[in-house]
Amino acid sequence: MKVAITGMGIISSIGTTVEENFHSLVSLKTGLSTISNIETIHKDIIKVGEIKQTNEQLAAQLNLPQDNNFSRTALLGAIAAKQAVEDANITDINEYKSGLISATSVGGMDMTEKYFYDYFENEACQKYITSHDIGDNSQKIANCIGLKGLVTTISTACSSAANAIMLGARLIESGELDRVVVGGTDALAKFTINGFKTLMILSDDYNAPFDNNRKGLNLGEAAAFLVLESDAIVKKHNKKVLAYVAGFGNANDAFHQTASSENGDGAFLAMNKAFKMAKIQPSEIDYINAHGTATPNNDLSEGRAIIRIFGDNVPDFSSTKPFTGHTLAAAAGIEAVYSVLALQNNVVYPNLNFKTNMEEFNLTPQLTLKEKEINHVLSNSFGFGGNCSTLIFSKN
Amino acid sequence: MKKCYINGMGCVSAQDTYETSFLESVVINTTENIIYAIQPSYKELIPPAAARRMAKGVKMGLAASTKALKEANVEVPDAIITGTGMGCIEDSEKFLRALLDNNEEYLTPTNFIQSTHNTVGGQIALGLGCKGYNFTYVNGAISFESALLDAKLQLENEEENSILVGAADETSSHTMELFKLINIIKKESDQPYSVLGSNSTGVIYSEGATFVALENIHKDSSYAVLEALQIQNELKVEEVESFITAFLNKNNLKLEDIDAVVFGNNGDVTFDTYYSEASSLFNQIPQIYYKHLSGEFNTASAFGFWVAASIIKSQIIPQSIKMNAIEKNTFSKVLLYNQYQGKDQSLVLLSKC
Repeated sequence: MKVAITGMGIISSIGTTVEENFHSLVSLKTGLSTISNIETIHKDIIKVGEIKQTNEQLAAQLNLPQDNNFSRTALLGAIAAKQAVEDANITDINEYKSGLISATSVGGMDMTEKYFYDYFENEACQKYITSHDIGDNSQKIANCIGLKGLVTTISTACSSAANAIMLGARLIESGELDRVVVGGTDALAKFTINGFKTLMILSDDYNAPFDNNRKGLNLGEAAAFLVLESDAIVKKHNKKVLAYVAGFGNANDAFHQTASSENGDGAFLAMNKAFKMAKIQPSEIDYINAHGTATPNNDLSEGRAIIRIFGDNVPDFSSTKPFTGHTLAAAAGIEAVYSVLALQNNVVYPNLNFKTNMEEFNLTPQLTLKEKEINHVLSNSFGFGGNCSTLIFSKN
Repeated sequence: MKKCYINGMGCVSAQDTYETSFLESVVINTTENIIYAIQPSYKELIPPAAARRMAKGVKMGLAASTKALKEANVEVPDAIITGTGMGCIEDSEKFLRALLDNNEEYLTPTNFIQSTHNTVGGQIALGLGCKGYNFTYVNGAISFESALLDAKLQLENEEENSILVGAADETSSHTMELFKLINIIKKESDQPYSVLGSNSTGVIYSEGATFVALENIHKDSSYAVLEALQIQNELKVEEVESFITAFLNKNNLKLEDIDAVVFGNNGDVTFDTYYSEASSLFNQIPQIYYKHLSGEFNTASAFGFWVAASIIKSQIIPQSIKMNAIEKNTFSKVLLYNQYQGKDQSLVLLSKC
């Protein structure tokens, strides 16, 4: 498989553009901070990867009318998708058979949790009732980029955006679409903060993936989209190709609703499938952008799966979640952007906050910014429901 | 390229569709603005202790998927692809209510764990020990059709050979109240309710689960072939004709090649105009509707899919779903058209094996 990526857009806690995100990554600047946009009793305890703009500011960027009913998830998604379309130099999105495959886990939950009871008292907020719906969020993003065509959404928890990229690549490869905008968006919500809190996997510190003393994850919010286009469009318009989707794999751990199996069966299967499709050997991978959420369970399971695939020759790897927090359904989207940036700039990002190797195995992530030739990047994303996804991005 | 056969189906709905043969008895509702799915006996399927904790959507999905796989004689499929509009909305509500009522304290994780949209697909995989490809599509009225499209592409190019595809949606009290507030659900004063000839806005809301076993080989159990499908995010009423004719052209078909058409009319007077527009193209063939039986919900179109595939297999259109009096002897090609409030438009073409 070889599907061209011709545009990227991103908004996260480490930047509101692709350039800003890259700058933060290479200057080791984390986006984790104390929460300011959400009222929660946990605000002094947890650190999150929050985008420091209010909904009003985001809506103004999109020139939305005052009475719009965008959830924060839709606002972030629309900003990132618009950037991606502009980056791909697309002027008429409907010139070709086009689609949007989005991904989200919370959808409009930020509004639902705000107005859950108020809806019955206050007519003014009732406009947000339909914004809860995940499909409604994607439809709004499609409208913001003027797209008429195939619009759908994948919601497989924290692997969602990886799966959106997979479907998009499949639709281009099969000729079903000529052009597709793929990615994910998730806003912070009290719902997810408290959900992860009850699972006791929220760190009260800065997350430290693959560290023996890791205490859990920091949540974050973000959106990122890629534009994938057919070879025919690339040739006809002599388009600049940023990188290629070279392979992907999806498997289910079929072990537990929320926990990963100890040996990372699902992750192992997903990586294996991706290699088969990409027709490359594990030894050709120059960088792994790990899922690395810094929960005890994920890092053990993912680490074991990586060892099963790569043996003694584990390539440079890091998790970028100490920069952004875990952005749930958007995570694989922003990490796809970071993977492409790694290919373009020949860098491996450091795995911040790591101090001590895990006792279960001898895996040390890349600890400093490293420059080297990078041709293939593997990116992992795993989610509740046993969902395991791997993407391979290649330079040529 | 291989074909995509529907080799088994299971349907849990507001009608008695799980245990009985194709719509042999139906109940027409005129008085309730929410109708609930008839729950099959879960005793043989799920241990009672587990069933008590399980969301209704998950249980309905497990029941429908078990039947679909059994009919197709598939033990463990290669992949599972699910569509749902609202996921496990009841668990989401419970968690949110607890969070708000107790000011974010004293929460337990169970409802949060079960609240993710991919819970149905994940639980089916867990039950079957299926480690294959597992996707969940969540996009309003085309959630199920997205799952179909994904499965069809993979079966035709033999990436996978058997895929369990389905849809599940459950009702939940708070969301239903909100939907009444903004007239997504019809008012009490709109009674007696009917889908055809309705002059009120809103719909009769419901829930259900339909799963189908899709494979790229023909079997004795085969119902029909999933020939083609198209999804479009929005259309104007005046674009319906060109949407349908372009789809048929793309598949080398003419309007006359279609033997029956299944419409998603839901009794919302504002938007059933889409079907009136489409219906004028097909006034020589039997027209079918089904949402007076299934109710409306994000994945009600999966019930329509079950209806269309059953018609092709049985070559009979039950009286209760006929929209016109036109008769036809054979049904080789059946077209489904569905949309919700002008958005999430889909066309699905099934053909005789």
